[in-house]
This record gives sequence, C-alpha cells and structure tokens, in this order.
Amino acid sequence: MSKAIVNVTINGRKVDKAVEPRTLLIHFLREDCQLTGPHIGCETSHCGACTVDLDGASVKSCTHLAVQCEGSTITTVEGLAQGGVLHAVQEGFYTQHGLQCGFCTPGMLVRAWRLLQENPNPTDDEVRRGMSGNLCRCTGYQNIVKAVLYAAAKLQQTAKVAA
Amino acid sequence: MNAPTDAKLLERSAALQGLGDSRLRKEDARFIQGKGNYVDDIKLPGMLHMDIVRSPLAHAHIRKIDKSEALKVPGVIAVLTADDLKPLKLHWMPTLAGDVAAVLADEKVHFQMQEVAVVIAEDRYAAADGVEAVTVEYDELPVVIDPYAALAPDAPVLREDLAGKTEGAHGRREHHNHIFTWEAGDKAAADAAFASAPVTVKERIVYPRVHPCPLETCGCVASFDPVRGELTTYMTSQAPHVVRTVVSLLSGIPESKVRIVSPDIGGGFGNKVGVYPGYVCAIVASIVLGKPVKWIEDRIENISTTAFARDYHMDGELAATPDGKVLGLRVQVIADHGAFDACADPTKYPAGMFHICSGSYDIPAAWCEVKGVYTNKAPGGVAYRCSFRVTEAVYIIERMMDILAQHLGIDKAEIRAKNFIRKEQFPYHSPFGFEYDSGDYPTALRKVLDACDYKGLRAEQARRRADPDAKTLMGIGLVAFTEVVGAGPTKMCDILGVGMFDSCEIRIHPTGSAIARMGTITQGQGHQTTYAQIIATELGIPSEVIQVEEGDTSTAPYGLGTYGSRSTPVAGAAIALAARKIHAKARKIAAHLLEVGDDDLDWEIDRFKVKGDDARFKSMKDIAWAAYNQPPAGLEPGLEAVHYYDPPNFTYPFGIYLCVVDIDRGTGETRVRRFYALDDCGTRINPMIIEGQIHGGLTEGYAVAMGQQMPFDAQGNLLGNTLMDYFLPTAVETPKWETDHTVTPSPHHPIGAKGIGESATVGSPAAVVNAVVDALAPFGVRHADMPLTPSRVWDAMQGNPKAPI
Repeated sequence: MSKAIVNVTINGRKVDKAVEPRTLLIHFLREDCQLTGPHIGCETSHCGACTVDLDGASVKSCTHLAVQCEGSTITTVEGLAQGGVLHAVQEGFYTQHGLQCGFCTPGMLVRAWRLLQENPNPTDDEVRRGMSGNLCRCTGYQNIVKAVLYAAAKLQQTAKVAA
Repeated sequence: MNAPTDAKLLERSAALQGLGDSRLRKEDARFIQGKGNYVDDIKLPGMLHMDIVRSPLAHAHIRKIDKSEALKVPGVIAVLTADDLKPLKLHWMPTLAGDVAAVLADEKVHFQMQEVAVVIAEDRYAAADGVEAVTVEYDELPVVIDPYAALAPDAPVLREDLAGKTEGAHGRREHHNHIFTWEAGDKAAADAAFASAPVTVKERIVYPRVHPCPLETCGCVASFDPVRGELTTYMTSQAPHVVRTVVSLLSGIPESKVRIVSPDIGGGFGNKVGVYPGYVCAIVASIVLGKPVKWIEDRIENISTTAFARDYHMDGELAATPDGKVLGLRVQVIADHGAFDACADPTKYPAGMFHICSGSYDIPAAWCEVKGVYTNKAPGGVAYRCSFRVTEAVYIIERMMDILAQHLGIDKAEIRAKNFIRKEQFPYHSPFGFEYDSGDYPTALRKVLDACDYKGLRAEQARRRADPDAKTLMGIGLVAFTEVVGAGPTKMCDILGVGMFDSCEIRIHPTGSAIARMGTITQGQGHQTTYAQIIATELGIPSEVIQVEEGDTSTAPYGLGTYGSRSTPVAGAAIALAARKIHAKARKIAAHLLEVGDDDLDWEIDRFKVKGDDARFKSMKDIAWAAYNQPPAGLEPGLEAVHYYDPPNFTYPFGIYLCVVDIDRGTGETRVRRFYALDDCGTRINPMIIEGQIHGGLTEGYAVAMGQQMPFDAQGNLLGNTLMDYFLPTAVETPKWETDHTVTPSPHHPIGAKGIGESATVGSPAAVVNAVVDALAPFGVRHADMPLTPSRVWDAMQGNPKAPI
C-alpha cells in the first residue's frame, strides 16, 4: 500500500513519518512513534484509554487517522511533566490514589489536563461530566474526581503565586 | 542517655511505613508517566502479529476452510487451522475444569466467534487483511441457548466429541449436554426441615451471564528461540506459574525452558486466569516460524470469547418459623457453562465455593445442588472479581432473606439480626462444612444502621409511600455477606493437580535494602506497595527500600497467582513467615554482635536491643551487613528465606452494605442516593488501598446490578459485545461511595488479614437489587432479575418483574 507522509508535533517534538493512509492515530503513536502512554481499550471510542490532546481538544486516537492530523500538535501523557517535574494532574492522581491497574490513567490524565484548561475551577459534578468519556474499571472514579479537584486547587494556587 | 520516649518509638515505627500505613503506591510513578509495560507495549525484533478468523455462527459443521486468498495478501506469512495443529495434538487443549476445549475449531463450531483459523503477518493490519480473506463454509446446526432447553431429551447434541462418554471429570453425565451434578450439605435434613416448617418461600433467581471486561484485553507475545530451545511468553496472566506448567505439559518443552512473564496487567477481575486459544496459537506459530508472535484481542473478541462469569439459574427456598427464624435452606442451580467446561474452580469443586450460600446466618439444615450444562455460548465461568462462585452464593441468600422478610412482614434488618451467627459461635461450622474463622456480624450491622439512621430512613420511606403525589419510590437495601476466600488448603484445593499454596522469597541485601519475589501477580491491587509493608513491620526495614517482584516465572518462586482474593490470605502469609525465618536468623547474628545470648535480646520496631539497656542494640541494617561479612561461627552467610504457605483454612471476610435508592415512578429510572459499605477484612495493611479496592468493587457490582448482561438471540448471536452495548459505568452514573470498617482478625493468618479485593463486588449487587425490590414492594414485587434497567423496573411496577429487557 502506498504511504503518506504525516508531519505532526508530538509533545513538543516535530515528527515526520511515512504511514499507510489507513493507519489509526493510536497505532501511529504506539507503533511508529514508540509511545507507550496511550492505550487501546476498545477501538470504538468508548473507553478513552487512547485519549490524546489534538490541537487543544481531547480526542480518542483509536478513531482518528494519522493522516487527518497533518500539521497538528499532539500532547500525550508523556508530554505532561515538564523538566522532570510532574504536572499537577499527575501529582493529584498519585497522592489521591486515583489509579490502580494504570491502564486508563494516561487517557484520564490527558483529559483532566485539558478539562482544567477548559474549566479551571470545576465542581465535583463538572469533573464527573468532564471525565465521562474515559472509563475506569478499578477505582470507581471517586478518587479520580478527588485527584482532578486536587490538581485544580494546586493549579489555582500556583497561578495566584505567579500573579 | 534517656530511654526513648513513646513519641520516638512512634516516629521510628512511622518511618517504616508498615502495617496500617496509607502509604502512597510504589507502582504509580510509571503509570502516571505512560511508562507502564503492558503486553502490547512489548516489541521484540522481527516480531510478527497474529489475528483470528472467527465463526459468525453459534453451531455449525465446517465444510471447508480456504486459506489460499489469505496467503496472497501482502504481509501474510501463514494461516493455521485445526488441521495444522493436529499433528502436534494441539487442536484441542485441556481446560481448568477437566474438560477439553477446541484451540481451533475441529470440524465444527460450538459458539459464535469461536476461533476457526489464525493468520500470522508482518503487522497487525496485514493480519487483519488476511483474516478477511480466509473463507469458511459452514453447515448450520440447531442452536441451544437456554440452559434448561439444553437438558431436554431431544435437545441437539452439542459436544459430538464426547459421544458415548457417560463419565465426566466430576462424575456421571446424565444427558448429552449435561456436564456434572454436584451437591453439598444434607439433603435429608433440609427436606425434613421443609416438611415440618410453618413457613416456606421459593423463588427462581437468575444471575445473568456477565463479563469481567478489564480495560486491557487479553494478549501475549510468544517468543521461541530455536537455537536454545527456550520459549518465553509475555502474557496477560493472573497465574503465570500454572500457565508455565500447562505450556510445558502441552508442548513437551521442559518446564526449565519455558518462561512465562506477566508484565503490567491492565485489570484482570478473573478474565485473565485461563489459557485461551489465542495464547496456544501464538506459541505454536512462534515455534513453527521461529519468530516472536504477538496476539492482542480486540474488545469485541474479549467480551465474546474470553471467560464470562455467572450465568447461574437458581431456585432458592427458605423454611422458617412465623417470626422469621430460618430453619432450612435449599438451592438448586442450573449453571450454563457454554460450549466447553472451562470454569476456573478448584478441581474438587465444580461449582466453586457456592456452598457458602448459607451466608452469615446460622441455618440448621441446608442443601444445594448445581448442574452444569453445555450451551452454544463461549466457555468460561470465571469468578468475576470474587472467590469461586461466592458472588452467586451471596446473591441467592441475601435475596432470599429479603423475600422471607417481605413474606412475613418483618423488617429486613431485624430478620438478619435474628439469624446471624453469633460472635461466640466462631469458629463456626456451617451446614455445608465450612469452618468460618472469625466474625462479629451484629456489631457491624449496628454500626451501619446507626451511621445511616436506618429508623429515620424507614420513617421517610413510610411517609413517601403514604404520599399519593410522590414522584419517586424509595427503597432501602441491606446485605450482610460473608465470603470464603484465600484458596486454599492444598488438601481441598488444587488446579490441574497443583495445590493452591503460594510463596515468597525474601532477600536482604548487605546494606539493608531488600527484595521480595512472589508467586502472585498484581493487576492493580498494589502488591508492590502492600507486600513491602508486611516486611517492613516484620523486619524493621523501611518499605521504601523493599522491592517487590512478581510475574516472571524464571525468577519468582512458584505460586498459584492472584484471583479469588488469595494474594493477602495466602501469599501475604508466606511473606510474613519468610520474614520470620529471617528474623530468627537476624536474632542470632545480633546476639553474636552484641555478645549476649539470643534470649537476652528484645525486638523493638527496627532493632534488637539488649534487655534493659536501650543503648545497646543492632538495627536490621547492621545485622544485614554482618550476615554477609561477619556471620557467627557455624551460621551460613547471607540473609534470605523462602516460604511456601499452605493455608490451614480459608479466610472469611464479611461486610454490611446499605443502599438507598430513589426510583422515578414515571420512567423506572433508579438513582442510588446513598451507599454505605462497611467491610471487615481483618487486619488492615494499607487503608488507602483498601478503600480504593472497595470503591472499585462497588462500582463493578453496581454495574452488574444496573446494566451488565450478555444477551443472546435464538440463533446464538451475542447482542451486546462492544462497549456501546455492554454497560461499564462512567463517572456520571457511578454513585458516591461511603466506606467504614470493623476489624476482626483471622485467627489462623500470621498477620490476621483476610483479603479485601473482591468483597465489594460480592456484596454490592444484592444490596442494589434489594433496595430496588424494597422500593417496588408496594406493587407486590418481591423479586426482579438483574440488570435493573429502567424498562425492567418500569415493567416490575406494572406487575411484570421478569419481562424481557
């Protein structure tokens, strides 16, 4: 099958690779770009384990084609920590026991990261609604909600200090 | 120098992060940074990909398989069918339950999506193309979906391979679709109790077929090295050591040359206990092709073919006095095992521990009987986040207690309190032969009723029922469950002849840090965190410097794996006892270093000190160095121990759950207003992790009660095998959970722990259903089968609780 070149920026690094036009974004990230954060849980865009950030929106990378992302900027869980320092959402999931098997976690984190940019000060219910595209089989979500609220508080505090 | 104050002792103790500490998880650093190592993350040089051709039909003879077009597809390397596996005698494989299962369909298919052929290709896209290009011609056969219909005299013969076999692995087969009949308890005594009882109630209660559905599907990477003759397989397995034994027996490769590695596992819940055709085919393909072969199932394959759970069709009966004292229990079950009997149960117990169904109650006479039958559905019958069939057992007794209470007009808390096994009756011998280790049910019940203001809730319910304008119905569900977990004593429990012990090897390094290797394998339970805490308390070494390794059969001691809440009851005991061996040796070394007798030393948190002289002591760190470098004469150097633990009994965690629901009278939609879960798992190792396990288990149980099911049409088509149809709750539907606990240690476990990973899944479905039925009681409803979808609840309000969904 003939291949198409895809130029994208992933976690701040420019990438160009030749892929089959039918290559799904999740396979492009995992197989061609060697990332292990985004996972495949359902391949029907229900579970959210493959969630990545594409040009400022959370998307399920199992139902995007890599070629659709030409010129895009993509952030995966690998891009959240900066300079070796965990992002507040990662810290929140760790300190609030927001994960167990860890399989949904990268998608959850990327979604939470975007959610807190969309709504920096969400309520419990807003977090639940905002995270409802991501399924978790282990935690029952209660500590995930706590983790996101922890991150929201921490980011607000950091913003205040900076101001 | 002053003697250490209590504060200083506490500080030293806290620094260890041992038993009881809500220590943050050691596992998390990799998972929150995308650095987990799940099976699909494993890539080996030259690795090929396998995909599976599956049957669209539930029952059919295979007339012809044509792989010629598939072999022309670019990238396709090979296509294997049962005929290719026959020379290796691998077209069928033994199941965990003493039956055989087809690896690739041999002349006929027995269920929809059964494995018919495999395609091996250079990448997963080419493999999928190859699957599309394989053509299979079938001759359709009549399909049997209803397990009762399967036992009709003229029912179609499903297992032609068993023709003439009247003896199965569990005794006589009465019918061509009958697998086994198993019973427990005293039928004559139970029948006598029913014959003379003033009150009896009976109900048919179905626990539907559901699927554990971990977020990561099953898969493996098989890598055979033809030069060394060694097979390494990375596999999503909850029991890697047993898999190694099975693979060795099947392949003829010595066990010493088979290595099974369970890497990070994205949830198991029982789905990853068995050996699946995909694993066998990937291994064969790797051996045949001399290259690593990866197989990762997709979600539809996962739900359709790898182990389902439950599918128990139960007739429950209670005999009682008019004031609600239970005199007898009878339960008869038709168990739908699908096309092959691949239940994961200890060999002697084809219905698992279903005979825990007398529950938390002192019932004088009890009997149960389970008949396993074949149908045209996928094999399985695993314990979906529970010990073998315990969830079904808890469900039947807890539903029946409510039905009896409703029948007699007795309060549902009162009937439970009236029938509880009393604290002073422990160790309690159940009518089914279990010896319950410890429990205090009345205290736990009181605590929950007080915390939730049960009287107030009942008063509110009475007001609601009296209000003709009320838009919602209110229901209160109570459950008092007892589990039997930690399989198990090897004299009772084995799988394929391997006794269900577990193991631990601890090695203390010269500078005082340590590694523990275990026969279990975590799938999210946090073993790397909690196991270290046991060692920290036993040996006075900080948790932080204790590494825990599991899952690699070439380094870990042999163990039976993680399922049935057995990690803490069995492997946790092995840890404590291995640590105590080290502790005993450490005492000798400390005595030598301090130039006193062994008996002149006291152990205090992290050190041996000379009795009466706090200033003279040796820490475990000092001792570790000396163990390697200056051991006492006659003592071998080193500081390590191995312990294989064969538990003397099961453990019996228990809990009281209270659920309050409000149901919309117009739509039948149920909202869980409050769910209060009190669990008693004995000694608590890490409260944070315990609470997390309970939250997760409650959510899974809630999902089962409210929406999960695997419906089939008459042709055997599974009507919901994607996450569009199969209900996994999101954060929006999931109720908010309240947790509580009491602590009743197990008297026979070295640290008194009982296990907690599954309690909430076991107890919660009955709590939700009891609440919904309690709300519907004014409509004359005393039972409605799961899942309690709005339409079913609405139908129940119309007097039809068992209407199709």
